[in-house]
Amino acid sequence: MITGRFFANGVTPRVLITMAVLIALAALVPILHLAVPRGSAFHVPAYAVALFGKYLCYALLALALDLVWGYCGILSLGHGAFFALGGYAMGMYLMRQIGSRGVYGNPILPDFMVFLNWKELPWYWYGFDQFWFAMLMVLAVPGLLAFVFGWFAFRSRVTGVYLSIITQALTYALLLAFFRNDMGFGGNNGLTDFKDILGFSVQAGSTRAALFSASAIALSLGVLFVALVTGSKYGKLMVAVRDAESRTRFIGWRPENIKLFAFTASAMMAGIAGALYVPQVGIINPGEFAPANSIEVVVWTAVGGRATIVGPIVGALLINGAKSWFTAALPEIWLFALGGIFIATTLFLPRGIVGTLDDWRAGRKAKSAARIAEEGDRGEIDPSQEQHVVAGPKERAAVLDGRRGGPEPQPRRGGPEPQPAE
Amino acid sequence: MSLLRAIAAIALFVSAMVCAAQAQADEDTLRGIIAKFALSKNYDQTEEIIVELGATGDPAVARVLNALSEGNLASRKSDKAVFIVREAGGKVALLDPLTGENVGEEAAGAMDKVKVKNSLRRLIRDVLAGLTLGSPDPQVRLNAALTMFANPDVSAIESLDAAIAEEQVASVKLAMQQARAASILISDADEAEKAEAIDLVAMRGDRDALSLLIGFSVRAEGELKEAALAAIADIESRLAVWDAAQNVWYGISLGSVLLLAAIGLAITFGVMGVINMAHGEMVMLGAYTTFTVQAVIRASFPDLFDWSLVIALPLAFLVAGTVGFLIERGVIRFLYGRPLETLLATWGVSLVLQQTVRSIYGPTNREVGNPSWMSGSFDLGQLAITWNRLWIVVFAIGVFVLLLYVFNRTSWGLHMRAVTQNRRMASSMGIRTPWVDAFTFALGSGIAGIAGVALSQVDNVSPDLGQSYIIDSFMVVVFGGVGNLWGTLVGALSLGIVNKFLEPYAGAVLGKILVLVLIILFIQKRPRGLFALRGRAVET
Repeated sequence: MITGRFFANGVTPRVLITMAVLIALAALVPILHLAVPRGSAFHVPAYAVALFGKYLCYALLALALDLVWGYCGILSLGHGAFFALGGYAMGMYLMRQIGSRGVYGNPILPDFMVFLNWKELPWYWYGFDQFWFAMLMVLAVPGLLAFVFGWFAFRSRVTGVYLSIITQALTYALLLAFFRNDMGFGGNNGLTDFKDILGFSVQAGSTRAALFSASAIALSLGVLFVALVTGSKYGKLMVAVRDAESRTRFIGWRPENIKLFAFTASAMMAGIAGALYVPQVGIINPGEFAPANSIEVVVWTAVGGRATIVGPIVGALLINGAKSWFTAALPEIWLFALGGIFIATTLFLPRGIVGTLDDWRAGRKAKSAARIAEEGDRGEIDPSQEQHVVAGPKERAAVLDGRRGGPEPQPRRGGPEPQPAE
Repeated sequence: MSLLRAIAAIALFVSAMVCAAQAQADEDTLRGIIAKFALSKNYDQTEEIIVELGATGDPAVARVLNALSEGNLASRKSDKAVFIVREAGGKVALLDPLTGENVGEEAAGAMDKVKVKNSLRRLIRDVLAGLTLGSPDPQVRLNAALTMFANPDVSAIESLDAAIAEEQVASVKLAMQQARAASILISDADEAEKAEAIDLVAMRGDRDALSLLIGFSVRAEGELKEAALAAIADIESRLAVWDAAQNVWYGISLGSVLLLAAIGLAITFGVMGVINMAHGEMVMLGAYTTFTVQAVIRASFPDLFDWSLVIALPLAFLVAGTVGFLIERGVIRFLYGRPLETLLATWGVSLVLQQTVRSIYGPTNREVGNPSWMSGSFDLGQLAITWNRLWIVVFAIGVFVLLLYVFNRTSWGLHMRAVTQNRRMASSMGIRTPWVDAFTFALGSGIAGIAGVALSQVDNVSPDLGQSYIIDSFMVVVFGGVGNLWGTLVGALSLGIVNKFLEPYAGAVLGKILVLVLIILFIQKRPRGLFALRGRAVET
């Protein structure tokens, strides 16, 4: 198609539209917040800016998870850990910016250290008074952790539910660790009471608007990054690893390297999301490491649609919007609703909202195409190609079985079930 | 049990008879001595009488001496007869000083109390201890010796010497010798005797002996000090072994809790290859079933309270098992072949269950009582073992053995193992795999439910109860491997023990983190756990 010649593979019109909407938001919301008078119908109040800024960070986190889960088949139940680590790196920078304006007025030590009778700054807090260093750490700490963790896990071929469980153990271990006062990260209370970021007050409306724009731009860059990666040859390999890891290995690729790349890149994206999240909510505490949070991220991605780029964003915005509304209006019902969404999505919408819409449209297109020509070249129709790539395991199994040409006694099942060599 | 009791009763009866015979022989003499109390003018005379009474060596004087020590011994003004008195509504009841029989009553003003002071009370205690050393009941003698060890007294050495010479029972004799040694250590005996005493005290090897020796080593000099220090080091090393044993016991206790929580998970994971994130909520349902049963019993049948756990067990199994069955039929069976999505759907189920319980029972902790047979503790060597922990260990073993039986000796177990090993082949052989799945899931959930009954005895019953166990349970399953119950047992016990051994060095939280990190590393080495299924179990 024509677009394929103008843009790199993967940067589809839909990706461009998403990016355009996000950039438009990044430009528009600050104007509506700052320039439009308070009484006007178009004025965006301060709490809404902060709230939607937060949602955009969540969307970036969901997109990061989509890269590993949707495209590479690694269900990480510990992505909240990378998010929180990025948040802590940003939080440490913000703590150092408080300087002598803290309750105890110590120019070097943050308040909680003075409170705990610490005499000097621990070594791992050095450098966090520099913004560039903190930003480096936002990328490096989650990236390094993911790299080391993935290096060990993927090399020894820990896959499937086992991998999910140990990622959950990872974030749980970090949760316990960060709760300890001895760690030097504020223990139970975490880091809070921030004053400045780059010299601007975090409370000021203009700073909030700027942070919102930064989040929107970061998300649009994330979208571009995921689109480029998944459209590239590497993206094809990721999908291959997801769908048939052993076969990919037998053909001669190294699945562990492919997974390691996806996992590390995704962790860095999550770190950025966390770093943008912290100044907007004004606190980071160990609660962000809770395994439940990470699982919630998974459901955002699942609801929106795995292996679609727009899906996780839609999912994150929808679920978090629903959460805000429910917890204010019907707090009792929220967990029922969330639990119900988990169940309903997996049962009835395995491909998520966006994926199901795509299927539906592809189905209609295929029908009309079939009417026009008996033999349609599948490669030329974009959406159906996408459908082929992201088909669920059941459909894949059906395709495989069809190729082998024998009816199966029962549907293929997963888990540690022995499979005859295929 | 009843046999032992009968023997003990006979022994008591015989000793009572012997005792009575002795007492009879001396009774007149004793009464003569007791009568002197009435004539005693001052404390010194009273003291002489007490010593004289003690010298008779007759345990029957215990009653009168105790009464004296409590200030309840009095003489009648009219005839100087001595009685034990008990106040009874303005008047005093008169009790015979030897037999304790009620022999009449008098106006309070008609009696003169025999005066007593603290030094006399101390004397009485020592005399009584000396007397009990001569008691015909070995248990009484042993207790006396232990009391004297704890309160060493130079003046007691003589009576101990006499008692040791007479003693026939080896264990009692040893206790007496140790009590004597303790007294020797504070006396001014010669060095050789003290060195011997140190050895004797060190033989006890408990904390009392340790503190005694530490106290002695501060005062001692030269070789004695060295000997005492060596003995202290010896005791400390022995106590370290006991500490290790204590850790092992705590570890076994924690491990059996983990085993109960994880074994159902291991079964469902092994047979069906799905991770049930709602497993912890099954545990919680079991705990809340116990709470409900106890609430009903408290309200309607208070006598049955000791039976509440026994009643709750089958109910918890049924409640959790039914919920599990419904989850399998309603949700999980549509998701086979998609293990990761099963994980998500069951997480959703767990949220719903939690919120349901929260709506019904409220978000706060609920109190589940311990029946009488589960409260309290007993000592084993230097270990203090609480009954509830012990029963949970026993219970976990029972559940494990039962499951082993079901798996290895019943046709249903055969089907489950067949499906675990090769689902398609099992299906070809005519096993109805969907029903095996459903009932396995119900069984796993039911086991979680009865685990909840046990956990309600040691943990807070709150809607989050399951959450706190789910990750540990996963670790057990991942560590132990699936498809083999022994893997779960080994996994649970080793995680429990490792946890408890790390705790003293690293603290509870850091210990737990270390265990998690160790498991994450272990998984790299054996991605399918300790007891992995052998054969052609290759991932697609």
